[in-house]
Amino acid sequence: MAFKVLNPGLLTTVQDLGRPGYFHLGIPMSGAMDRYALRAANLLVGNPEGAAALEAVFMGPQLEFEVDATVAVTGADLPARVDGEPHPAWTAFPVRAGQVLSFDYLKGGARAYIAISGGIDTPPALGSRSTYIIGALGGYHGRALAAGDMVPLGKPGAFRHGTEVPEALRRTVGKSAELRVLPGLYWRLITEEAGRNFFEDGWKVAPEADRMGYRFRGGRPFTFEPREQPFGAGSNPSNIVDACYPYGSIQVPGGTEPIVLHRDAVSGGGYFTLGAVISADMDLIGQMQPHTGVRFVKVDMEEALAARADEAGRLARLREALA
Amino acid sequence: MQTRYSYGGDEHIFVEMDEEMSLEAFFKSMSITNAVRAAHIDGITEICPANGSFQIKFDPDRIAPDDLMGRLRSLEQAADKAEKRLETRIVEVPVFYRDPWTTETLMRFRERHQDPQSTDLEYAARMNGYDTVEQFIHAHHASPWFVSMVGFVAGLPFLYQLVERSRQIQVPKYLRPRTDTPKHTIGHGGCFGCVYSVRGAGGYQMFGITPMPIYDPTQKVSYLREFMVFFRPGDIVKWKPIGREEYDAITADVAANRYEPRIRKVTFDLDSFNADIDGTNQRLMETLHGV
Repeated sequence: MAFKVLNPGLLTTVQDLGRPGYFHLGIPMSGAMDRYALRAANLLVGNPEGAAALEAVFMGPQLEFEVDATVAVTGADLPARVDGEPHPAWTAFPVRAGQVLSFDYLKGGARAYIAISGGIDTPPALGSRSTYIIGALGGYHGRALAAGDMVPLGKPGAFRHGTEVPEALRRTVGKSAELRVLPGLYWRLITEEAGRNFFEDGWKVAPEADRMGYRFRGGRPFTFEPREQPFGAGSNPSNIVDACYPYGSIQVPGGTEPIVLHRDAVSGGGYFTLGAVISADMDLIGQMQPHTGVRFVKVDMEEALAARADEAGRLARLREALA
Repeated sequence: MQTRYSYGGDEHIFVEMDEEMSLEAFFKSMSITNAVRAAHIDGITEICPANGSFQIKFDPDRIAPDDLMGRLRSLEQAADKAEKRLETRIVEVPVFYRDPWTTETLMRFRERHQDPQSTDLEYAARMNGYDTVEQFIHAHHASPWFVSMVGFVAGLPFLYQLVERSRQIQVPKYLRPRTDTPKHTIGHGGCFGCVYSVRGAGGYQMFGITPMPIYDPTQKVSYLREFMVFFRPGDIVKWKPIGREEYDAITADVAANRYEPRIRKVTFDLDSFNADIDGTNQRLMETLHGV
C-alpha cells in the first residue's frame, strides 16, 4: 500500500506531531508547523489525530495512488483535484487506485496538510515520523519527497468521522496578522525605546521563512543598553554566551531583523532573545506567506494562558464536530 | 554569580546562572538540571542544559508556570551544595587543520568575513597574539576542551578550552553567517569551539575538519549504533592533529566500519582543576594515552 510521487511540489515533507525529548541534544521536535490543520486533516480521514501526513509548502505535489483511500486537505488554500476533478478543502474525499491527486495554485496560507486514510507509514525515528531535514532524520529517508518516491501507507482504521470541518472551525491567514508575544529572556538588553518600537512598528514576513524560523523586516533597528560584553559572549551587543532557544523565541541578530524560531528550531546559539511568541499563535506563523504584514502584540502570562485555553476549546469543538 | 529566571513564552522557563561563561556556571547549571531530572516533576517535557544556563520546557496545562518556577528556585538552593565533580570520558578527536574543504568554503564566503585578506586561521592567530598559524594551531590542540553544551543542530558540541582564561582562544564570529559549512568542520566563535555535526549554515571561524562522524541518524557507524548522537555535556575532548594521509585512512576505516575513537573514563573535579590546571590536564593526557 503506497502512493507514488509524480511531482513533489516545492517542499513536501512527512510530518506528524513531532518528537519531543531530544532538544537537549540539538534535535528539535519538528512536526507540522500548523498542528491544528494536521489534526483536522487526520480526523477527516479517520486517522488518529497525530498520524503522519504530508506538509506541502506553497505548491502541492502530484501523487498517484496504488490503493483506494480517503484524503483530506486542510491548512493553506491549495485546491485539490482527483484526475482533474476539483474537491473542496477541509472535506474528506475518495481517491481510487490508479487515480492522480494534484493541486491548483495556492490561493491563501502557506502550508497545506494532506492526510490519507491509514496515515503515512515510513519508519519512525526517535518516536516520530516527522522529517527533520537538517539532521536527515525521520520522514522519507530523512528528506523532502522527490519524484519517483514510493511512500508507504498504513492500514486504514475501521471507523469514520464526520466528513467536513464546519466553516467556523477553519482558519485562514489574510494579508496581515497579529502575533502575541510574552516579553522576557534577554529583553533587558534592549533600550526602552527599542522595546516600544518593536510593538509599534509594522513588520513583514521576509523571504527567509522556513521550518526553522521566520524572519521579519520593516521595523526600526534595535538599540541596546550600554554594557560591557560578558566573557565568552562575543563583541556585538546582540551576542550572549550561547544559550538555549525556546520554540517561538525571538532573536534579533545584529539588532536588525527579528527571527521567530519554529518547529525545526536550532536549540541554542549566541544571539539574545527578547521573548517568545505564545504557544497559541505558533500554528498561525506556519500559514504566513512572505510579505504578510505582522504586528507583534505584547501580552502577559495570564493572557497567554487564556489564549492557550481558547485554542484548546477550538480543538475540542473540532473533535466534537468530527466525532 | 547571580541566577536569573525568566519565562520563554508560556511553555518554557529559562534560567541563567551567570552572564559570563565559566566552568562554575556550567557545573551549577548541571547540578540543578540533575536535581530537576531526579525530581520527576509532572508537566516537564524537556530539560536542556547549555553552557552557563538551562531551559525547561513544560506543559502549562499540567503545571502552572508560577508553581514550576517556585519548584526550580527551591531546587537551586539544594544544588548549590552539590559537589563539582563529574564521572565522564575523554575522547581523542583527529583534526586535519587547514584542510582543502574548509579552505574552499572560507574562500567562497570571504565577503562575509572581518578580514577578507586572511584565512580564518590567519585571522584567529593574529587576534590571539600568535606570530604564526603553526603556533596558533599548537595552542588549539595542546590542551583539552570541555563539552559545555550539545545543540544548535543535531549533536553539535560546544567546547570550552581547559586553560586559564587569559590563554583561552577568543575570536569573533563571521560578520554575516555563511550559508554553508562542511560537515565535521572544527569551528570557533567567542570563546567556544565546536564540531559541525552536519553540513549547513554557520558563523564560527573554520580551522579544520575531522574524519570522525559525531552524528549518524542511520545509526550504522559502529560507535553510534546505540545512539545517533556522540557527544554529551561533560565530555572532555583532546584534538589530535593529523595530515591528509591519516585523514584518508580514518575516512576509509569509518566507511568500512572499523574505526573506533580513543575513549577513556576520567573523573573531572572542578576544584582540583582550578587549583592546578596544568597538573589536571597532564593527568587527563596520561589517562587518555594509558601512561
